[in-house]
Amino acid sequence: MEELIKRYEYEIIANDFDIAGSTSSSIKRNLKSIGVDPSIVRKVAIVSYEAEINIIIHSKGGKMCLEIYKDKLTIRAHDNGPGISNIDLAMSEGFSTATNEAREFGFGAGMGLPNMKKYSDNFNITSSSEGTNIDIDIYMD
Amino acid sequence: MKVSEIKDLLSAEIHSGDHLMSKEIIGAYASDLMSDVLASIYLDDKAVLVSGLNNTQLIRTAEMLDLSVIVMVRGKKPHPEVIEMARENGMALLTTNLNMYNSCGLLYSKGVKGFSNGRID
Repeated sequence: MEELIKRYEYEIIANDFDIAGSTSSSIKRNLKSIGVDPSIVRKVAIVSYEAEINIIIHSKGGKMCLEIYKDKLTIRAHDNGPGISNIDLAMSEGFSTATNEAREFGFGAGMGLPNMKKYSDNFNITSSSEGTNIDIDIYMD
Repeated sequence: MKVSEIKDLLSAEIHSGDHLMSKEIIGAYASDLMSDVLASIYLDDKAVLVSGLNNTQLIRTAEMLDLSVIVMVRGKKPHPEVIEMARENGMALLTTNLNMYNSCGLLYSKGVKGFSNGRID
């Protein structure tokens, strides 16, 4: 088990478009301030932003964590449901169940989960009616 | 192409980021869908983002990608909170009455090519 250097936890509120992205913005600033390589910061920012937006537009709310280890960064996104009925379908590029409101904010391209997977070194997703859990590792080098 | 030249080329108005007028731009990406923009990680701070989206998620998306120059097309008047967030992030926010197709066409005709999968096409 790798030693955890630091852990940040953030509450994400469903349907709150006004502050959507503020958590990812904080995560990005935190990583920049400790001198993480900009290209790594960008990858983390993208997966974090996609995860944050997903919780806001699709769930009843949830939490996100940033864990900093010596060799990797881990983003954990957990929401309180209703869950994804078909993960394989949700993982396919272009598939979206975004609402009209979410679309007005520029979402609904159906690229959220595919982007998260694309930019992560390890990507794990589980989902039930209780909620969806996503764990993403991005290595430092 | 410099940001000031983009401003002239697109008859654009500038709402923030006067300090970036002499910044050199080598490529562009255009979309109204933010996850499509986010799929292009190799966009960097030498790219201009062209979009018709008029809300703070446009700025957030640019922030995540380290983009600093945005052109809002189709005559959109940026909401005050959009301008404010662009300012806070030190970004240049321009608006033009041209639509996306013509904006991109003009930029392309002056040598600003599209970014795709980390390359300039």
